[in-house]
Amino acid sequence: MPTRRRVPLLLILPTVALLLAALGYPVGWQLVTSFQKFGLLQQFGQPPEWIGLGNYAALVTDPNLWAVILRSLAFCFVCAFSTVVIGGLVALLMRRVPAPLRILLQIAMLVAWAMPVVATMTVWVWLVDWRRGFLNWFLVRLGVDAAGHNWLVEPLSFFAIAAIIVIWMSVPFVALSIFAGLTQVSPEILEAGQMDGATGWQRVRHIMLPLIAPVVSIVLLLQIIWDLRVFTQIRLLQDAGGFPNETHLLGTYIYQLGTGAGDFGMASAVSVFMLALTVAISWYYVRSLMKEEEA
Amino acid sequence: MSADTAAAPVRADQRPSRAAAPTPRRRLPRPTTVLWSLVAIVIALAWVFPVYWMINSAFLPNVILQRTTPTLTPFADGSLDNFVTVISDPAFVRALGTSLVVTLCTVAAAIVIAFLGALAISRFKFRGRRSFILALLFIQMLPAEGLFIAQYKMMSSLGLLNQAIGLIVLYTAAVVPFTVWMLRGFVAGVPVDLEEAAMVDGLSRTQAFLRITFPLLAPGLVASGVYAFLQAWNEFTIALVIMTEEQSRTLPLWLRGFLQASATRETDWGQVMAASTLVALPVIVFFLLVQGRMSSGLVGGAVKG
Repeated sequence: MPTRRRVPLLLILPTVALLLAALGYPVGWQLVTSFQKFGLLQQFGQPPEWIGLGNYAALVTDPNLWAVILRSLAFCFVCAFSTVVIGGLVALLMRRVPAPLRILLQIAMLVAWAMPVVATMTVWVWLVDWRRGFLNWFLVRLGVDAAGHNWLVEPLSFFAIAAIIVIWMSVPFVALSIFAGLTQVSPEILEAGQMDGATGWQRVRHIMLPLIAPVVSIVLLLQIIWDLRVFTQIRLLQDAGGFPNETHLLGTYIYQLGTGAGDFGMASAVSVFMLALTVAISWYYVRSLMKEEEA
Repeated sequence: MSADTAAAPVRADQRPSRAAAPTPRRRLPRPTTVLWSLVAIVIALAWVFPVYWMINSAFLPNVILQRTTPTLTPFADGSLDNFVTVISDPAFVRALGTSLVVTLCTVAAAIVIAFLGALAISRFKFRGRRSFILALLFIQMLPAEGLFIAQYKMMSSLGLLNQAIGLIVLYTAAVVPFTVWMLRGFVAGVPVDLEEAAMVDGLSRTQAFLRITFPLLAPGLVASGVYAFLQAWNEFTIALVIMTEEQSRTLPLWLRGFLQASATRETDWGQVMAASTLVALPVIVFFLLVQGRMSSGLVGGAVKG
């Protein structure tokens, strides 16, 4: 029956049309533009000029861009791994403590997870404010000479603050996912391990970890994908007093190239690089989801 | 859920005594349990503290926030003044209006479109179904940060910069992949037999669907609607690029204005925190309401923005 066969296609038509218009077209435009010289002159009407791999060549030979790429990767891996380690430990802790404390921990995690990113950033900027922020006051009370110290001026402490914020925001998702994974571990297996004389850590290492490895690898992958694209946190910390040129990551760098310098060609080339990186990392995740779907 | 922390030998000689006298179970908690409990309290405090600090500062006047010693509770000196100031600021009201229009339209569009898509993949076998699902999953992973230059260019050539409609289209496209994925589970959860039984009773296929299946899907529609709401309400990156004029700011962009100001001059932190609280509050409430439902699709899809 031809109508029956047309129904599903009609049903997915709005989704496909929307995604093609809002995402497909821009990806295509970006690919094309990345092979063009598309600077300020072109924005005022000059036709863009084809330069083949010119932008990519400039990209590969630009030490400043490599600094941004390496910085982004380093920031991403530090944040993603710390998040998963801390989240995993918090999940284990949830198993160890009496029920009321477990619920307390879960609520604290949920509230932090629910905070919108821009609201989160305003509070953290207020917390680390060099004049009257809570952080410096607290450090001084601990005996650290932090009075009047501006954390956002030095790139290293800028990224330390950014990392703390990113980790604070993402640990709840990881902790609650791993905790959900841990509840699948049957108590009998742990009991058996205990009878055989395994210590607490040995039970974690040899019984729990292998069983929850799929959950851990997926949340780690998601964290890497998300932390690679971190934009809002960096942009807003720069607003609050960081020096943009020394603190760009891929996202803010593209933004600066495009809207600041007006070099759409280069911005597109960097974007294509970033998209390719994301797709490469996502590949494994999407494949494992598809397997789950078919199982 | 008693902690099983002690080393094996200790457990071994506790076993018989426990079996012998099962009734008086109440014992002093073990030292390790106490230690872990303390750690849990410290971690819970650390995670909730920034949120607490936002709300605390929101109630305090700037004079108090400018003291060198922070005021830890708002109870003695607090007032609603900061909230009143923020709510009566025309720029806030304008941003609130823009955010509401954009968010509600995104929610409505996303639910309708995603519902149709979910219906297709959970009720029909068709050619291209697999590629469709694969594309949805991949698109979900694409970063806005790698696309915004092209999206800016597209909106500018369509004359849609600073227009709510442009933002709505981009937001809907951003949430539809996950909402299709999420609704798919709900649609698949309603057995087709129910519909078929109703058709045997004389209803048409459409009637059967509307009367039987649709009401059972309501929780799923609400959950995905809230997901779309949270994403559109919180979104910052695309709005920053597309909404270039001050007049067309959404709430996150309006909040950002304070951070830019904080670098150069004294910020009225009380007001900033009141504003942040107002932006965050609906999100926290909605999120806590549907959190459980979204968690079920947690590893099934990317919940975070």
